[in-house]
Amino acid sequence: MMEQAHCRPNMPSYFETMGPRCKISVRNLNFFYGDQQALFDNNLDIAERRVTAIIGPSGCGKSTHLRIYNRIFELYPDYRATGEVFLDGQNVLDHSQDLMELRRRLGMVFQRPIPFPLTIFENVSFGLRQHYRLSRSAMADRVEAALKGAALWKEVKDRLHRPGTSLSGGQQQRLCIARAIVVEPEVLLMDEPCSAIDPVGTLKIEELITELKSRYTIVIVTHNMQQAQRVSDFTAFFYRGHIVDFGTTEEIFSKYSLLEEVPGKLNLDKLLSSKRLYVAPLS
Amino acid sequence: MKRRPARGRRVTNTLVTVWAAGSAVLGIAILFWIISVVVGRGVGALNLTFFTHLPTPPGVLGGGLINAMAGTLALTLAATLLAVPLGLMAGVYLAEFSEGSRAADFSRFSANVLMGMPSIIVGVFAYTLVVVPLGHFSGYAGALALAILMLPVITRTTEDMLRLVPNTLRESALALGAPRWKVTLAIVFRAAKSGLITGVLLAVARVSGETAPLLFTALNSPYWFHSLGEPTPNLTVTIFNYAMSPYPDWQQQAWGASLLITTGILAVTLMARFAFREKKP
Amino acid sequence: MMKTVHNAEPAGETASPLRAVPRSARKTSASAGGDAAFRWITFVCSLFVPIVMLAIGAELIRSSVPAIKQFGFGFLFSEDWNPVVQSFGAASSIFGTLVSTLIAMAIAVPLSLAISLFLVELAPPRISRTVGTMIELLAAIPSIIYGMWGLFVFAPFMANYVQPLLGKTLGFLPLFQGPPLGIGMLTAGIILAFMVLPFISAITRDVFQLVPNVVKESAFGMGATTWEVTYKVTIPYGLVGIIGAVFLGLGRALGETMAVTFVIGNAHRLAASLFSPGNTIASTLANEFSEATEPLYISSLVALGLVLYLITYLVQVVSQMLLRRMYRAWSVGL
Repeated sequence: MMEQAHCRPNMPSYFETMGPRCKISVRNLNFFYGDQQALFDNNLDIAERRVTAIIGPSGCGKSTHLRIYNRIFELYPDYRATGEVFLDGQNVLDHSQDLMELRRRLGMVFQRPIPFPLTIFENVSFGLRQHYRLSRSAMADRVEAALKGAALWKEVKDRLHRPGTSLSGGQQQRLCIARAIVVEPEVLLMDEPCSAIDPVGTLKIEELITELKSRYTIVIVTHNMQQAQRVSDFTAFFYRGHIVDFGTTEEIFSKYSLLEEVPGKLNLDKLLSSKRLYVAPLS
Repeated sequence: MKRRPARGRRVTNTLVTVWAAGSAVLGIAILFWIISVVVGRGVGALNLTFFTHLPTPPGVLGGGLINAMAGTLALTLAATLLAVPLGLMAGVYLAEFSEGSRAADFSRFSANVLMGMPSIIVGVFAYTLVVVPLGHFSGYAGALALAILMLPVITRTTEDMLRLVPNTLRESALALGAPRWKVTLAIVFRAAKSGLITGVLLAVARVSGETAPLLFTALNSPYWFHSLGEPTPNLTVTIFNYAMSPYPDWQQQAWGASLLITTGILAVTLMARFAFREKKP
Repeated sequence: MMKTVHNAEPAGETASPLRAVPRSARKTSASAGGDAAFRWITFVCSLFVPIVMLAIGAELIRSSVPAIKQFGFGFLFSEDWNPVVQSFGAASSIFGTLVSTLIAMAIAVPLSLAISLFLVELAPPRISRTVGTMIELLAAIPSIIYGMWGLFVFAPFMANYVQPLLGKTLGFLPLFQGPPLGIGMLTAGIILAFMVLPFISAITRDVFQLVPNVVKESAFGMGATTWEVTYKVTIPYGLVGIIGAVFLGLGRALGETMAVTFVIGNAHRLAASLFSPGNTIASTLANEFSEATEPLYISSLVALGLVLYLITYLVQVVSQMLLRRMYRAWSVGL
């Protein structure tokens, strides 16, 4: 457990040298599918411009947790979240917040690459058209910049008007990343972005993540331990809807020997019941 | 356990196979019989006059059915314009917004019931709703009846096609900050496009061959029509009238019109089924 | 106030920094209002179908009140149909509707099952697809075309070949007595059978396909023939769906108008022989509605329509209950 906060509270008086700000702060988050509870008292801080990995066995609520940040769960009528999720000090779960703007600031990349049934260009410009009124040339510039930022430009610059579905799996996922970054988000939420991609494509995306973190705060859910260790700065360990532990990736990986063996279920259950779970320092 | 002789069972199986194949052959044979009759008897009537002239009294040469063709097109178009937007939006509601709602279940149930409703009853309904208050037969009543026949079909197909679109597509668009209506109309519709078009085409094809709902709504007319507010000539009721008449040249024209309708409907049906086939992902 | 983060650091040589989008180019979010309106509009549109369904019933009831008042319940059983003295009864129409439908179902159901069996279990895939499409095309042919073919080709065929044969062999039955006119109840029933055949077989095909392969395979594994598997396993397993399909076809046959109108002869009487002409509710409406002028005549016709509406509604309800059960049960099992 971290003795001191790994990111400083969202106050302008602190200097940059004192460490990254907490971009997102989750406090007492509980989540319900109808009557069933899926997340229990989640508390977490996401550091700005760092990569935070969320790991844990399947079905433990990692994706569910991530999908609360941009309120995408509201598509389904039975789902409910209580608690607070602060983005730059403002609670995103507060319904008076501008949802469109929130979703512009939090870009999301999904597990399966799912291009829109549009051309490559239109896939990327879709987000732009929702939020900005731009001239055609300004839009083209931004699409190009986004595709470059997603390391896809060279491969598609001659076929921007082909359908998005004509790309390979790895390319499609980078297209989805370009689609997400074109609207200048501040945070990238990535839900197992490489699980449906071949190893070569995965490597490319991991390289991209390492590049992107200088500009965006990244939260990545992954079940691939090696990937988490390779790309992330901080790691949150989920189990059965609880955040069991949190710390720098080095600390967490050595503490639980994550690269050597899968942690036995018994240890985690014991950890859960012992109630010595991660507690975010109050801020 | 006493075993039945193997040969008896094999014989039964063979007989059943023959019966099954024979039934399929019978069905196909009827199809081809009908088509060949329609083509054989109708092709003689399809000349230039048929396509360019107005009807003439029986026995007088040089008659055609151009007014009926235009009328059928007009009625079908009017019905389509009425039913398709309503049906699409209704299907959107049932697919996108109506989880578990009892009202939505009742809507779906009603759509199924309405699809099984005899088309002549729909004609009676349009008669009491439009013809009686207006005091005369009109194409509007006919178009209304046809629209009522199309509406549940388009609603159900739209709902089915939209439900096939995976939720992750909606989520990706929503996650970019797009409002729900734009996600539905710009993205989901486009993803379901071929299925939706197929559904509409099939509904249009079916309704363009309907006779019963027009019998006492649009009625028929031997003249050109100036608007749908008057009795509107159409091919199907013309076939009925001409066929029941004792005049051979009218009966011949009835066959010609039959060929025209059958060709059109079969062509659209086959096209909808094959040209718009979804490629499996 | 949310501020746009200005991305100051370019990542490598792949991207050039762009200035943040000026505030003037930002679109404001009217999404909440737009979405609520969209939901509302689509909801209202979804109400049209149930409203129309109920409105048809209401309208039919309203317009048949004069006839019901005049003739009472006896309307359903009276064989009269006399526009001259204004005496009307539904018996012959109801009788004709039921008999022609019965004939149609008696022919169509076994045929549909056989065809589905052929398409699902016996035919190789290419043939199954082609033949299946052709069977479906039977449904695409408009009713009036069936009528034309029926009146000008099939009825004479019946009159010249089939009916004399039936008369000679089965003529001792009152069902097959009387002159072989060609048009009449039997011909109408047969044509109806081919019209509803594709609808029934479409669903029984689904039924046969939805029976899990595991169930069929375990029966095959015990050495059963294809027929035995179908008869003892597939059909009992899918009985609910098959009955639902039958009801669906029934609903179609009851309301079929143009084909029947051409060949049934429009005679308002009850007769025992299948060779005799008769009428159905739909054919009576088709033949007489546009000519009826007296209010009681019209009202009686609408009353006929009401009877048909109610019968169809009932049949649809049963069919839906059964089919819904089948599809729901098996999507869970899949």
